[in-house]
Amino acid sequence: MKTNIPYLYSVKSFWARKATNGLTAAGMALVVYVFATVLMLTEGLERTLVATGSPNNVMVTRRGAETEIQSAVTREQANIIASYSEIARGLDGEALVSKESVVLIALPKRDTGKPSNVTIRGLSPTGFRLRPRVTLAEGRWFRPGTSEIVTGNKIAGGFRGARLGERIRFGLRDWTVVGVFDAGNTGFGSEIWGDAQQLMQAFRRTDYSSLIFKLADPSRFEAVRERIDADRRLPLEVERESVFYAEQSEMMANFLNILGLTLSFIFSIGAVVGAVITMHASVASRTREIGTLRALGFSRVSILAAFLLESLLIGTVGGVVGIVCASIMQFLTLSTMNWQTFAEIAFSFTLTRPIIVKALGFALGMGLVGGFLPSLRAARMDIVDALRAE
Amino acid sequence: MGLFIKLVIKNTLRHGLRTALTLAGILIAVMAFVLLRTVVDAWYAGANATSAKRLVTRNAISLVFPLPLSYLNRIRQVDGVVAVTYANWFGGIYIDEKNFFPQFAIDESKYFDIYPEYLLDETERSAFLHDRMGAIAGRKLARQYDWEVGDVIPIRGTIYPGTWSFVLRGIYRGVDKTTDETQFFFHWDNLNETLKQRGAPGIDKVGIYIVEIEEADRAAEISAAIDRQFENSLAETLTETEKAFQLGFVAMSEAILTAIEVVSLLVIGIMLAVMANTMAMTARERKREYAVLKALGFGPWFIAALIGCESLIISSLGGVAGIAASYPLAEAFALQMGTLFPVFEISSMTVLTALATAIGVGIGAAVFPVWRAVKAPVGQGLGAVG
Repeated sequence: MKTNIPYLYSVKSFWARKATNGLTAAGMALVVYVFATVLMLTEGLERTLVATGSPNNVMVTRRGAETEIQSAVTREQANIIASYSEIARGLDGEALVSKESVVLIALPKRDTGKPSNVTIRGLSPTGFRLRPRVTLAEGRWFRPGTSEIVTGNKIAGGFRGARLGERIRFGLRDWTVVGVFDAGNTGFGSEIWGDAQQLMQAFRRTDYSSLIFKLADPSRFEAVRERIDADRRLPLEVERESVFYAEQSEMMANFLNILGLTLSFIFSIGAVVGAVITMHASVASRTREIGTLRALGFSRVSILAAFLLESLLIGTVGGVVGIVCASIMQFLTLSTMNWQTFAEIAFSFTLTRPIIVKALGFALGMGLVGGFLPSLRAARMDIVDALRAE
Repeated sequence: MGLFIKLVIKNTLRHGLRTALTLAGILIAVMAFVLLRTVVDAWYAGANATSAKRLVTRNAISLVFPLPLSYLNRIRQVDGVVAVTYANWFGGIYIDEKNFFPQFAIDESKYFDIYPEYLLDETERSAFLHDRMGAIAGRKLARQYDWEVGDVIPIRGTIYPGTWSFVLRGIYRGVDKTTDETQFFFHWDNLNETLKQRGAPGIDKVGIYIVEIEEADRAAEISAAIDRQFENSLAETLTETEKAFQLGFVAMSEAILTAIEVVSLLVIGIMLAVMANTMAMTARERKREYAVLKALGFGPWFIAALIGCESLIISSLGGVAGIAASYPLAEAFALQMGTLFPVFEISSMTVLTALATAIGVGIGAAVFPVWRAVKAPVGQGLGAVG
C-alpha cells in the first residue's frame, strides 16, 4: 500500500481545467484583495497616528478633553508647567516646550470645492524642535509675529489656497503660505502651522489648547504625571505624545476592522462555494482516473491529499493574485475625516509581512474548506465502481 | 415550447448539489450587496431627513467656533425668516466612549416647533420645559440603554468639563422610519448658567442657529442676507440649507464611502465568478447533448435559450432569496451597530438594484458558454467526451 502523494497529478489536473480553476481562483483573489486592503487601511491609519507622536514628548491637555480641539490650558497653567526642571533644554539652553493653540478651519478641497476640516496649529518658536521628523520641503518657515503660515505636504495639494504663495482668509485676516513642510508618514502632514500668538489673536482666544514638551530623561514621565496630578492648580491630563495620537485612531480602526472582517467573512463563503463546485466537478469527471490510481496501489489518503493539494493550489493562486493587486494600493493615499478629532487626516495603505501572511493563510483556508468534502468523496470511492464509471 | 420548459427545468435540477451551491453563493453575495448599499444609504439618512424650509447658520471658520447669542434677534429680523432656534453640540460621553450618541443643548422653547418630525407628548413636553435639569431622548436611544422617564442620566463632558446629570422628562418618536430617534436634548440655559457659575469660557455662545423660512425657493437669497449681516464681524457666519449642512458631514467621510461602493462592485465580481464557473461547467458536460439537439434540427438559438434560461433561473432565484434574507440580516446589523447608524432601512431602490444585478449576472454568466455551444460544429460535439 503506497501512501505517497502524486504531486504532479495535482499540478497537472489544476492545469488541465484552466478556465474553471481560473474563475474560482479569481473569485478567491477578489476576497483576498478586499481582506488585505482593509487590513492595509487600518494599518496605515494606525501607523500614521503612532508615528505622529514621539515617546519622549509629553502632551498636556485639559482633563476630560479627548482631543486638542476640545482642550484648553490657561496661560497661568502653561507657565507653571513650563518652569518644570524635567523639561529638556536645547544646546542654546532654551527649554524645549511649546505652548500651542489648535483649531479647525473649514477649507474647500481643491478638486471638489467641498469643505473639509483642517487642523491649524499655532506653535511657539521651539515647536519645530519638538518634531525632528518635520522638515521644510518648499519655501521657508513662518516668521513669528506675522500672518504667515506653512502647510503640510498632504494638505498643500489637496486644498484650495494651501499651496506655496497662495492665501487663506480667516479671522479677519489674509494668511500667506510661505512654506510647505514634509512630515513624512505622520499626521502633521495634514496640518497647517503658524505662530501661536498671532493665531490666538485672530481667533480671540486667551487660552492655549495644549502644551508639548520634551523630557530631559524619558524615564521621568511618571514622575511628571504624578507632579501635575498632585497640583491642585492644574486640572490637566498628561500623556506621552505617541500614546495620545495612537489613541485617536481607535474609533476609525475599529469601524474599518468590523466592516472589513464582516465583509471578508461573507465574501469568503461565496468563494468557498465556488471552490466546492469546482472541486466537486473535478472529482466527478475523473472518477475513472481515481479508480486507476487506486488500482495502481495509491491509498485512499494519497487520493485525499492529491485533491486537497489541487484545491490548495487554487487557493494559493487566488491568494497571490489578490495580494499582488492589493500591493498596488500602496501607491494610494486616502484622505478622510477622522471621526474622533473631526479633522482631515491623510494616510496610505500599508502592506506589512503579517498582512501578507494573514491574507495567504486566509486564501489557503478557503481552498482547504472548499476542497475538503469533494476530496473526501474522491477518497471514499470504491475501486471497482470507479473503474466502471463512464 | 412545453418541451423547452421541460428541458430547462430538468437541466437545472440535474446537478442538485451544484445548483444548490450556486444558489447559496448568489444568495450570500446579494445579501452582502444589499447590506453595503444600506450602509451607504444610512450615511445619507441625516441629509435625506432634512426639511427644505430650514437653514443652518454656523461660524464661517468651522463648526468648532461658536456664535454669539446676540445674533438671534438679528437673524430673526431678516426678511423671509419665520422662526429661529439654536443648539450646541455637547459631545459628552455616557459611561464610556463606545456609547456614542449626539447630545444637544437646545433652546427648549422653540426647538420642537421647528422640528415637527420629533413627536413628543404634550405632558412630557411641558414636564421638560419646567425642569431645567430635564432632558428628552429619542425612542431608539431610550430602548438601547433601557431608560425610562424619570431616570437620572450622567454624562461626562469633553468640551464642557465635568459630569453633568440630567433627568429624563420625555421620549420623542420619529414621524416615520427615516427620522433619527437617537438624539439627546437638554436645556441650553442649563449649560449656560453652569458655565457662568464656573466662570468658564463659552458663556452666551451658540453652536448653530436653525432658521425656519417661509418659502423654500428663497433659501439661497435668505442665506446670503443672513451672512451679509455679520460680514467683517468677529464671528462671520455661513448659512446653508439644512441638507447642504448635513451633506457636508457626509462629504468629509467621502473616501470611506467610496471604498464601500467599490467593495459592493467587487461583490458583483465574485457573484459573476461563481455563476460563470457553474454555467461553463454545465455547458462543457453537455457538449454532446447540444450536438444531438443540433443534429435533430434544433437551431443554435434554441440551445442559447436553453443555457441562458437555466442561468437566469438560478441567478434570479438566488437574488430573490438573497433579498429576503437581507431583512433579518439588516435587523441584526442595526442592533449590533446600536446608535451609530440612527436610521438603517433597506430602500426599495436597493432591492431593485440587487434584483437587476442578479439578472445581469445570470445573463453575463451565460454569454461565454452560449457562444461556445452555438459555434461548435455538430461533428465535433458528437465526438466529444464529457
